[in-house]
Amino acid sequence: MTQLDSIPRGDNITRAELDNGIVVLAYENPAVQSVNLMASLHAGSLYEDPRRNGLASLTASALMTGTVKRNFDQLHSALEDNGADLGFRAHVHKVGFSGKALAEDLSLLVDVANDALRNPVFPAEHVERLRGERLTWLQYSQFDTRYRAGRAMREALYPACHAYHYSPSGSEKTIANLDLPDLADFHACNFGPRGMIIVVVGAVAADDAVSLAAEAFGEWRNDDQPPILTVDEPDTAPESLRRDVFVPGKTQSDISMGIVGPARQANDYLAARLANSVLGEFGMMGRIGKSVREQQGLAYYAFSRLGGGHGPDPWTISAGVNPENVERAIASIRREVDRLTSELVSREDLADNQSYFTGRMPLQLESNEGIASQIHSMESFGLGLDYLANYAELVKGIDRQDLLAAARTYLRAEEMVVAVAGPQQNGA
Amino acid sequence: MTPPTHHTLPNGLTVLLKEVHSAPVISWWLAYRVGSRNEPTGKTGISHWVEHMMFKGSPRFPAGTLDREIDRAGGQWNAFTSMDATKYFETLPADKVDIAMQAEADRMTNALFDPEETESERTVIISERQGAENQPTFWLQEELRAAAFRVHGYHHEIIGDEADLRTMTRDDLYAHYRGHYNPANAAAIAVGAFDSADMLAKIDELYGAIPAQPAPALFARPEPPQQGQRRVAIERPGKTAFCEICHRAPAATHPDWMKLKVLDAVLTGSSGASDNKTSRLYEALVKSEIAASVGASLTPTIDPYLYSIIVTLRDGRSPEAAEAALLREIERLQADGISESELKKARKQSRAAFAYSTESVTWQAYWLAQSFILGEVGWFDAYAERLMSVTADDVQDVARRYLLPVSRVVGYLHPTDAQGEPA
Repeated sequence: MTQLDSIPRGDNITRAELDNGIVVLAYENPAVQSVNLMASLHAGSLYEDPRRNGLASLTASALMTGTVKRNFDQLHSALEDNGADLGFRAHVHKVGFSGKALAEDLSLLVDVANDALRNPVFPAEHVERLRGERLTWLQYSQFDTRYRAGRAMREALYPACHAYHYSPSGSEKTIANLDLPDLADFHACNFGPRGMIIVVVGAVAADDAVSLAAEAFGEWRNDDQPPILTVDEPDTAPESLRRDVFVPGKTQSDISMGIVGPARQANDYLAARLANSVLGEFGMMGRIGKSVREQQGLAYYAFSRLGGGHGPDPWTISAGVNPENVERAIASIRREVDRLTSELVSREDLADNQSYFTGRMPLQLESNEGIASQIHSMESFGLGLDYLANYAELVKGIDRQDLLAAARTYLRAEEMVVAVAGPQQNGA
Repeated sequence: MTPPTHHTLPNGLTVLLKEVHSAPVISWWLAYRVGSRNEPTGKTGISHWVEHMMFKGSPRFPAGTLDREIDRAGGQWNAFTSMDATKYFETLPADKVDIAMQAEADRMTNALFDPEETESERTVIISERQGAENQPTFWLQEELRAAAFRVHGYHHEIIGDEADLRTMTRDDLYAHYRGHYNPANAAAIAVGAFDSADMLAKIDELYGAIPAQPAPALFARPEPPQQGQRRVAIERPGKTAFCEICHRAPAATHPDWMKLKVLDAVLTGSSGASDNKTSRLYEALVKSEIAASVGASLTPTIDPYLYSIIVTLRDGRSPEAAEAALLREIERLQADGISESELKKARKQSRAAFAYSTESVTWQAYWLAQSFILGEVGWFDAYAERLMSVTADDVQDVARRYLLPVSRVVGYLHPTDAQGEPA
């Protein structure tokens, strides 16, 4: 088998557009005994009123609390009796769902997904229990330094009028104040077939998988579904570039640094991804890992990451350090960001990272879920179904100037928001 | 599915090979029979620290060069230290596996343990421990282990005690490395797209020349039988309370271990196969609104370890209420056993979980490595069949023999405010 034989591409992915706008993609993986179902639709937190922050998320989670056809126990027994699972989760732009089953149970998985998605009844008893579970999780998160640093960074980077200011999970206050009818209303208005993507990967014939999905979801209509929303970059600079969050009883501080990065569809996204790899990914967490962890021994983890979703997600740098070393670690990170934006990476660095990107692709296709995720991304971001087949060529077409330009477009060391959560009582 | 082949080189190195041609990828593992189980007081965390030092270079591959080499090849690599073992792996495109095989052969005997690198890594590891300490449940787990094991090495966390992390020396680490990293104490595992005869020849060429040494005498102290229930309580700032109940479980190769696995599927659901909302403990604890979630762990270990059930309490609910509800379910299981439909569900979940876990060559190789560590290379291959043979009577029997107050350790985590007062 050659590497190219195993890459999902236009001529081995079956793609169908249903009359109601749903796009179904199926890819046969005969090497396994199981099947993965992955899907998304435009009903994320972007579609909720910020005063009801968390509504999309609670609605998505509550889809599995009961339907017209199945009560809570029947819904979960149908899956669990067969070793299958299915979960819904809201992000900012989309609600995603993912499930897996033995290949023999694909029709069951599709049927339960369709039932939960289209016929939820939001039973009060179960939704209230779910709300209680969510509140417990949110309370716990308030004492998680990594979570608090990440939230503080986003809240400073994006103003309160921007969708990325908020966590899709909501807050203790907003979740506690949601009314039960809010969920049914949100579902009725926002859940619909327009823009929905369904991917099936596993030990089933692709045509059969497409037929199953078409039969289940093909009749779905929702005339009230709003147009697909987009998110622009924030039009104001952060009011403050530093946030310090006191979390009692901790021995380590978490640092989250961020600045607005490119959307996945941006022309320079791939160049920015390569620049990010040089900065905080390649080898032992890139240049940041080399400086902060390997040379100075300040942290167990210190890395950078590019969001790269449907809008201007942040370009983030994260590190966990002893409270005494916070400022030293931040200064070291800033130096590496400065270096990346002021000088060309070496030819060797570029070649290494290009080789890393192209070589790792087969590893991302090891499992049904990995394959489904790649196919979903190609469709969701309009990359074309031959994107993976052309990926090596695209990566090799990027030069050192492209990396420098992308880094300079988005990164400015002194303009990054810095949030620190830990036992320190006073900020810098 | 093709079964793995099992070989032993003249120097004692165990070799396990499994051809899987679904993708042009190979996962290459080296597993050593040494973990936190084999660490005496004063040297806790040494196996994990040695694992870190294995990434700090050798004369042939100075620090940082393999990071670049493996990433340049498009591979991923990492290592894990557990209670029983230290495992290293690289998963790469099939035509690039040579670099991984060379790297592991080299660092089996030639790791440098440079003194400066050792000191730099000391602070990294202390940082790793402090990061874990930020999670309140880490403190509960650490206290529970210490209560459950007074003598055996399972009593301390894999990361080690901070006192030892501050005092161990480079020479301590190097002695641990030289004493445990040799062919007779290790297995090389490959799963993926290769020809077994060619792969074996390559392994022989790279690893056959490593001098044979006697297998090390591993430090291990058997835990005496527990003489009664033990209880611990932790107080940490936060808002969330936890209750964890542990019982001594048998070694993974003991016939009763698989029966407890089915018991766990009935109580909390088969992990990895579902989100377990139809399990008995979900019904008793989450549906009753005592808990926000309930989960369990039954780790396959060389020596008897623990079957642990951990409950995350809802706001305003007490660990005592969780303990009472949980013990009622255990008593019900002991008195009435399980139904045939519960057994059937556990079996189907097990078959599905097995199918999911064999989708990737990396996980297949992991389980082969773990089987070697357990001392039974066919352990994972026989897993599904053994689980299918468990009966409803078996489950009731192990519930009556293992889930007893005398072998129980109960832990509470009480949340406090910043001043240490009850939250």
